[in-house]
Amino acid sequence: MSSTADATHHPAAKGPVFAAVESDISRAPTAIELVSDRIFRSATRIIAWLCVFLVFYVVVSIARVAMPAVHTYGTSFLTSTTWDANRGQLGILPAIVGTMYSSLLGLFIGSAFGLAIALFLSEGFLSQALDALMEWMGVAQRPFWAAVPAYVEDVLKVTIELLAAIPSVVYGLWGIFVIIPLIRPPADWLYNHLGWIPLFGTPLSGPGLFPASVVLAIMVLPTISAISRDALSAVPPKMREAAFGIGATRWEAILAIFIPTAATGIFGAIILGFGRALGETMALAMLAGNANVISWSVFSPANTLAALLANKFPEADSREVGALMYAALVLLGITLLVNVVGTLILQRADASLKGLR
Amino acid sequence: MATPANLPVPDGIDLESLEFSLRRPRSLFSYVMSVLTGLATIAALFPLVSVLYMLVEKGTQSLSMGAFTQLPPAAMTTGGGVGNAIVGTIVIVALATIISVPVGILAAIYITEFGPETYTAAAVRFAAKVLTGLPSILAGVFAFAVVVVATGGFSAPAGAVALALLMLPTILLTAEEAIKRVPPRMREAAVGMGATPTQVVSKVVVPTALPGILTGVMLAVARAAGETAPLLFTALFSDFWISRTFPQFLPKILGDLMKPTASLAVIIYNFSGSPFENQIALAWTAALILVILVLIVNVAGQVLARRTANR
Repeated sequence: MSSTADATHHPAAKGPVFAAVESDISRAPTAIELVSDRIFRSATRIIAWLCVFLVFYVVVSIARVAMPAVHTYGTSFLTSTTWDANRGQLGILPAIVGTMYSSLLGLFIGSAFGLAIALFLSEGFLSQALDALMEWMGVAQRPFWAAVPAYVEDVLKVTIELLAAIPSVVYGLWGIFVIIPLIRPPADWLYNHLGWIPLFGTPLSGPGLFPASVVLAIMVLPTISAISRDALSAVPPKMREAAFGIGATRWEAILAIFIPTAATGIFGAIILGFGRALGETMALAMLAGNANVISWSVFSPANTLAALLANKFPEADSREVGALMYAALVLLGITLLVNVVGTLILQRADASLKGLR
Repeated sequence: MATPANLPVPDGIDLESLEFSLRRPRSLFSYVMSVLTGLATIAALFPLVSVLYMLVEKGTQSLSMGAFTQLPPAAMTTGGGVGNAIVGTIVIVALATIISVPVGILAAIYITEFGPETYTAAAVRFAAKVLTGLPSILAGVFAFAVVVVATGGFSAPAGAVALALLMLPTILLTAEEAIKRVPPRMREAAVGMGATPTQVVSKVVVPTALPGILTGVMLAVARAAGETAPLLFTALFSDFWISRTFPQFLPKILGDLMKPTASLAVIIYNFSGSPFENQIALAWTAALILVILVLIVNVAGQVLARRTANR
């Protein structure tokens, strides 16, 4: 290093060979460069603080536009069940209940399938099934065929990720024309035969909670399966081997060893999915039915906070807009709460698992 | 079960009981669960296949050159297209990219290069994670409160602010990861040559991390292009072109930008609830065009990411 530096300062002393080293940059910075360095560094620092400030600014500006409505309607806004702008009666309890109900239902379906996919991809079900098939066909040892299981697994992973890339408004459109007609016959059957169960207490008249939840499930599924898969692949191999070594069947090992060990990651995935489901708008605005009804029935039309905002806003007068801003503030509060609580639980669960690793 | 004859079997162990047999409840349970898992995975692929099938099946019905060049049709008419919505989506997303990319990359540079261990960096990371969890409709409410109320009307820039807020955390966090992967020895070499920190960043770190940064930008763009909810609060919709009069009427373009602007996502939403066949068919066409745009950008981003990882 020092010889290069010498060469730079005294090229003649070391001979012309080192002259090539002299370039624009191998020298002490000039004053202008030092000043511009200072300016650039301060600029990035200011921008970084701007990002932090932005979060507060978002919260404050939503709260500011909601304030007049908060003063007008008070807390009865949260507990009242009618939304009638003409009579000035505005309440969002059905929307709050609908938000929770649809999110939990969608999360339940999405978690079941997401976890199944995560297990399917991380526990080598697919490669074993393909291996068995190829063994039966007698091609398992050929170079081309031996690479097929890994390739198919890769394709499956990318395909599941593509589910997340499709815009939610397209899922909404698809839900209207595919999901609702598809689930109407079984929904009618359930209503006719099991209508005494509150869950199936109303018929499905087009849009409703259940089709909306199915689409929500599809939208949270990629998140849940990707993070759970990472958590399951991170289970130490020695625990895997120990479980099979004492003679556990595959599912005894999965249920008693792998899932408990990966529980933190799986739980984190589900919380993230919950946060996404709570704020999802378009699929619910198009599929939930936009009706302020509180019902146990999964086939009843319903409303959610986000769907209420999207449906009412375009034709709202200024007083109704104020009330909608109040609803937005409530939604912001709920999603922030879920995200913060989820993060805290995750941190605690992480700390308690440290000894295992 | 055939035991090897030369191995002694310890007393009290019944080898039969260790054999895999579907007649045993625990083996049967394991087998049934495995099959169910496989079926669940196949069932989860149904939505994607079905969405793509419907898009091709229904979306191609009114797909023609007119779909790209004409204005949205009135009810019960033939023809018409989503030309202004395509232009609107591109304009809004481009404006959002112009706003969010410099902010995201500069903040990422600060938290990785200039102050990685500072409170600022921790606060920025936390802020980015909070913004990741922000529902998209609230980004729309924010832009409504800040831009629409201030400027007095729905406009493309308002939509761009909402989308930029949604793009920022993705760009910031992927840029951070990409910059972290630049080998330290490259920075050290640059410092040894007498480069200032700014020169290290601009001539070594950012060029090296560029493919990774671009991946993040592309994923963010793909997500933003499909967002509908924030646009309902900001850009709304328009049945007209932004403006086709070019540079000599620059003030007119700027004036038109400050009016409600059409977008593909919103036209899908508006026409999906329409009772008229021609508008529903056009909603599917718009959805097909939007999904193709989004998938191209998304796949390009992922290919870029994979190529970078291999390097």
